[in-house]
Amino acid sequence: MRTMTTTVMTGNEAAATAAKLARVQVVAAYPITPQSPVVETISAWVESGELPAEFVAVESEHSALSVCIGASTVGARAFTATSANGLAYMTEQVWWAAGARLPIVMCIANRAMAAPWNVLNDQQDSMSVRDAGWVQLYCRDNSEILDTTVQAFRIAEECDLPVMVCYDGFLLSHTMMPVDVPDAATVDAFLPPRPAPLQVVDPADPRNVGPVVMAAPRADADGEPHGGYFEIRADHQRALLAAAEAVERANADWAAATGRDWGGLTWDYRLDDADIVLVAAGSLATQLTVAADELRDARIAAGVLGIRCYRPFPADEIAARLAGRALAIVFDKAMSYGYEGPIAGDIKTALFGREEAPRVHGVVCGLGGRDVPVSELVDAVRRAMATPTAGAPAAPSAAIDAASTEWLGLAEKSVS
Amino acid sequence: MTRITDLPDTGHVLPGNRACAGCPLGIALRRITAALDGRMVLVNPASCLTVLGGMYPISSLAIPWVNCAFPSTAATASGIAAGLRATGRADEMTVVAMAGDGGTADIGIQALSGAAERNEDFIYICYDNEAYMNTGTQRSGSTPHGARTTTTWSGKRENPKDVLAIVEAHDVGYVASASAVFPEDLHDKIVAANGRAGLRYVHMNLPCPSGWGFDPKDSVRYGRLAVDAGLVALYEVADGVFRLTGRSAALAKSGLKASVAEYMAGQSRFRGVSEETIAEVQEWVDDRWSGLVARHEAGV
Amino acid sequence: MARRKVTGMSDRLRYAEISQSRPAEGEAGRTGDWRSKRPVLEAATCSAVKQGRESCQICWVYCPDASIARGVPPVIDLEYCKGCGICAEVCPTGSIAMQPEAEHGVCELPEGAE
Repeated sequence: MRTMTTTVMTGNEAAATAAKLARVQVVAAYPITPQSPVVETISAWVESGELPAEFVAVESEHSALSVCIGASTVGARAFTATSANGLAYMTEQVWWAAGARLPIVMCIANRAMAAPWNVLNDQQDSMSVRDAGWVQLYCRDNSEILDTTVQAFRIAEECDLPVMVCYDGFLLSHTMMPVDVPDAATVDAFLPPRPAPLQVVDPADPRNVGPVVMAAPRADADGEPHGGYFEIRADHQRALLAAAEAVERANADWAAATGRDWGGLTWDYRLDDADIVLVAAGSLATQLTVAADELRDARIAAGVLGIRCYRPFPADEIAARLAGRALAIVFDKAMSYGYEGPIAGDIKTALFGREEAPRVHGVVCGLGGRDVPVSELVDAVRRAMATPTAGAPAAPSAAIDAASTEWLGLAEKSVS
Repeated sequence: MTRITDLPDTGHVLPGNRACAGCPLGIALRRITAALDGRMVLVNPASCLTVLGGMYPISSLAIPWVNCAFPSTAATASGIAAGLRATGRADEMTVVAMAGDGGTADIGIQALSGAAERNEDFIYICYDNEAYMNTGTQRSGSTPHGARTTTTWSGKRENPKDVLAIVEAHDVGYVASASAVFPEDLHDKIVAANGRAGLRYVHMNLPCPSGWGFDPKDSVRYGRLAVDAGLVALYEVADGVFRLTGRSAALAKSGLKASVAEYMAGQSRFRGVSEETIAEVQEWVDDRWSGLVARHEAGV
Repeated sequence: MARRKVTGMSDRLRYAEISQSRPAEGEAGRTGDWRSKRPVLEAATCSAVKQGRESCQICWVYCPDASIARGVPPVIDLEYCKGCGICAEVCPTGSIAMQPEAEHGVCELPEGAE
């Protein structure tokens, strides 16, 4: 009989537990706040024999992902975790892992980028590598972290793509919550052993994996044509777009097995009759559900659209859910400096040229762990509703004011 | 020492590859792949070796080969070794990381130091052509004093980093200094390295016709001169036991057979080098060589 | 293109071309075309020939391009030999001469060139 145990644990423990349930074979570890407890926990399990895996305690994040790249290339299920500057330091390898099509799973305990130094939460780190070609999933609570990390391995291995499981540093990584832990049989039924990798590393069938590729197609020694860099990158894009289906199916199959449905690509709250849609990814979206309740109490028809899968970007699904609404207010915990919040920008792109598209108003909040009280979220919605130009096409994205990208709770600065 | 006629001939390095004419990397690769009988996986960052290996979809080496990012050689090799253990395939092949001097002494040294400290299970071979030859002969941490490069137009002012000593300081079981143009000595060192576990490091001198500025036919001549002048010493340190090998062991008895000035003459990278610089390098070589001979005699 | 349909846990199409080469000689083409001089072995003075057994083989071991087959005498593969001249330099009996390709009628020098 399959069993489910409810345990109170942190988000980091949930991530580590998922890696163990997924029977990871190689774990690379380098400490950085707030991720460190993930690999500390796994280290203890490997030392005790509870998790039969190779644990490689490397000397940098660059090497952490390099170890995963090497291990994944020869067919091992590989895992690591990082945050902020650690992710930035491994950026070269973030691109490598994706371009090499390696199904590595990496948890990101989201944290602000330095400078200035700040160890607290926002989502600037993972948002800054959204273009690298990984699947990016954002979690709203610790149960979702566990479930999504298990699902991530299946998505990765089905699509030959690496998957980043992102969750908010401290807010989730260090906060205790009850988490339903599935038993090993449930996970094993959901996640079979890793299929044979695309890469062949075998003296009996020698290949050169990842050599220089010309821009144009080139024939092999038998005259068979192979793609150039351009064709290989196009395949990467096709695979990433097709991964949306794998994300949805993983969620659906997991829901069937465990009863927990996290919504696939997006999720929503009180959305059906909403005129005002509050959009965010991660725990901020959970906070928005509380704000939506308050707004509903004040007879404002607000609902929430949570983004679970940010890459591939579910543009059609988001556009369909926003069609016919009056206003979408997008709350970003990151900036594309010199322009606007990344999710706000993407949603505007997704809506361009579509009928019944709402206005889209961008709000940036919570950078560097700045508290985002529900009252401020409610006020932001009320301000946007009271500002006819908020989210209007002419509103300049790069300015900081209530009509354009708004910095929520920004203090008046005294210049000395 | 294994005689040339007893060296294996395995054909893992294929002709018609993209290496420059006269590049002795092919000489070394033939020995390395044959010493391991092809039961290896080569881990290689951007370097001249990448060029030799060729462009997709054709490979010039009939061995498993994994390309990696420039700073990541030793870490990627660590991951491959861990992955092979985790999947029960560790006995199928030896992991051989192979990077240039820039990829080792400079951008790769952090990952190499980490892997050496962890005593990861692979052979790391630095092929040292004493500058960034694949990108157009820029100085590296391994470029010798006095050498002109495209970033040291008037000659490099510093002595090269002793990467082998740095790795040895990590207390690994086997380190060796070799040369691409001493194939029997190289073969024996690869066989010795393959006979043990943990991190094994081989630093291999590799004359470069285009970067050093000599005729391609003279690759072997300059590689031998480097050893005869003591700029390159062939030695190994196995479990703390030091010994000069091959030609260098003979030179320890006879004395060096060439001067720094003779070595530099004819290489255009040293054109116009001052007498003062030659004397400084000679003094540096003499000190270093006498230290190595002392270690050889002491056996540690 | 060599895009392949891969069936994994689901049977949908996976777009999965990666850069991964298979070995073949001549990756850089017929590198013999690079030569301006070709090595010519004088078998009569080759020590392996004189001794009548596979002795010496120094040219074989030092050929960077795997273009000399061991033997009595060793055989040079002019299809791929880049003409570096190392074999001629290391041959202990001086049995390999580097001769200009023009003398073999392979390439013609422009008028006035020497």
